[in-house]
Amino acid sequence: MQTTSAILIDGLVYASWIFLVSVGLTLIFGVLRILNLAHGSLYAIGAYMGAWLVVRFFQPGMPLWLSIVLLLFGALLVGAVMGPLVERLLLRRTYGRDEVLQLLVTYALFLILGDLTKLIWGVNPYYAYLPYSLMGNVTIGKIPYPRYDGVLIVAAIVVGLGLWAIVNRTRFGKFMVAVIRDREISTTLGINVPLVCTAAFTIGTTLAAIGGALTAPTISVVPGIDVTVIVLSFAVVVIGGLGSLEGAALGSIIVGLARASAVHLFPDLDLVAIYLVMAVVLIFKPQGLFGRVEAKRI
Amino acid sequence: MATLVRTDRARADVGQLRRLGGVALLVAILAVVGLVLASWMQFLLTVSLAESLAVLGVALLMRAGLVSFGQGLFYAAGGYAVAYGMRLLGLHEALLLLALGIVVSALVAAAVGPLICRYRQIFFAMISLAFSMVLYSVLLKFNGITGGSDGMQVPAATILGLHVADRVLPAAYYDLTIVCFGIALYAVSAYMASPLGYLARAVRDNEIRLEYLGASVQSVTYRTYVLAAALTGLGGGLTALAVGHVSPTLAYWTTSGEFIFAALLGGTSSALAPVVGTVVFESINSYASAYFPNIWEMVLGIVMLAIILLLPRGLWTLYEIAARRWSR
Repeated sequence: MQTTSAILIDGLVYASWIFLVSVGLTLIFGVLRILNLAHGSLYAIGAYMGAWLVVRFFQPGMPLWLSIVLLLFGALLVGAVMGPLVERLLLRRTYGRDEVLQLLVTYALFLILGDLTKLIWGVNPYYAYLPYSLMGNVTIGKIPYPRYDGVLIVAAIVVGLGLWAIVNRTRFGKFMVAVIRDREISTTLGINVPLVCTAAFTIGTTLAAIGGALTAPTISVVPGIDVTVIVLSFAVVVIGGLGSLEGAALGSIIVGLARASAVHLFPDLDLVAIYLVMAVVLIFKPQGLFGRVEAKRI
Repeated sequence: MATLVRTDRARADVGQLRRLGGVALLVAILAVVGLVLASWMQFLLTVSLAESLAVLGVALLMRAGLVSFGQGLFYAAGGYAVAYGMRLLGLHEALLLLALGIVVSALVAAAVGPLICRYRQIFFAMISLAFSMVLYSVLLKFNGITGGSDGMQVPAATILGLHVADRVLPAAYYDLTIVCFGIALYAVSAYMASPLGYLARAVRDNEIRLEYLGASVQSVTYRTYVLAAALTGLGGGLTALAVGHVSPTLAYWTTSGEFIFAALLGGTSSALAPVVGTVVFESINSYASAYFPNIWEMVLGIVMLAIILLLPRGLWTLYEIAARRWSR
């Protein structure tokens, strides 16, 4: 019983974390048709920026919400600078080329950003644990859980609902859906497709950075966190269906629960469990749970 | 009709002879070069040539429009097969161990192939990545059996039943590698000129037309996939012998990324192009990681971007341009 509730809670926390990152990845793929391997690097940059700001400016005794504000500020800064920069300078040159070639361009970007992060912040770990430890624990069924994990869950819910509202309730959201459905027709209808692409990429990048920044207090921020997160978010978006927001949500929950179960029941197999789930989903639904079947060109 | 077939066959024979001659010449040159090289350069070339077999595997798949971001799966399978062959089966003959590496890799590919070959484009890339990362985490986590992140030592093997003295072992492994490399290179260029090789290129151009013409796309991609895995397994086995050590890094996705990089750098239009790519890559790698250890990956990324945006068919384009000038 205790294990079950622990799996559920851990799974939810884990799902919230991976959702923040993978929803950005799937949004970018939906609009730009580019699977961004450098998404994990932007997550890492967000984590470094957030951790650095907290270590530098936050002291015990200050109100706790200030640390969260610092983290979010760092993430927004990263998204607002890196998003337009990468999209305008680099990705724009590859539109309309082979999907695989675009994948390789983002792989090159991943390599560049990895070293850039090391040059800026060094290779020593950053510990921004203060917000995490100051919030303390809450006990559910005799097991203490850190309260900070609640921040991740709330952030994931806010992001999910916010994106849903943007896509379904705003003019810009309608433009985005139009571009996702058909670029060419959107252009003929007078939608500024390049601008929608820049905006969508920036939103996706910001989400990755938020994911990184909010995670920073719970981990030691070291080189290499970019790889872990990108490999997992790929599993999420492949399970959910590339380009689908609902898919990212469901995929995150599936991956979160799979990993939490594996961690509690077979601790050595967490990554294997996630990929097993992915393989099973792909055998039955090759396009992912919410993916669209695309017509092939003859 | 009959004469046509005969001339075709004659032309094919000539092509085969030229290929055989070319490969034999290359191996002979490499053998002579090996005699004069400093030992560290000889080692570098051994590892590059072994790795170039994995890159050839990646390039074969690329010709069919499939980018494998998980070729490390077979590289590690070949390497660990050699290590376990020594430890568990008591095999000490290098040729048997390498054969074991090839067979194990091909079997793994035969098992995951039916699933993975249903996918194209980024799905193929990501699912192959996923499989290699599964092997990586298994190798990492079961450290009782696999040695965990430290990996395993691979002791010296016998070559053709001969025990080689430690002093000349690197040279012996070099010769073993160039011979295996020559055979593999000949096989690859024969494959490229074979109907299957042309079908693979047609898969890249247009699958549906190919199906209408009566070829089975699934069978073409599957056979290419297994062939690429066997090549990569041989490369992994040779690397394990030459380096004397295997570790989970062989299966890590950045290893696969390096193979893709080398294939892109060289190009995929000829069997030799990926090999050139690998040797250039490994040379830059060893210099740059010594001189600018901090920004090495950044240099790699920038070179990769430049190649993709400016020379999309790799360094081999330069040779093709030069060859065209020459023949004019």
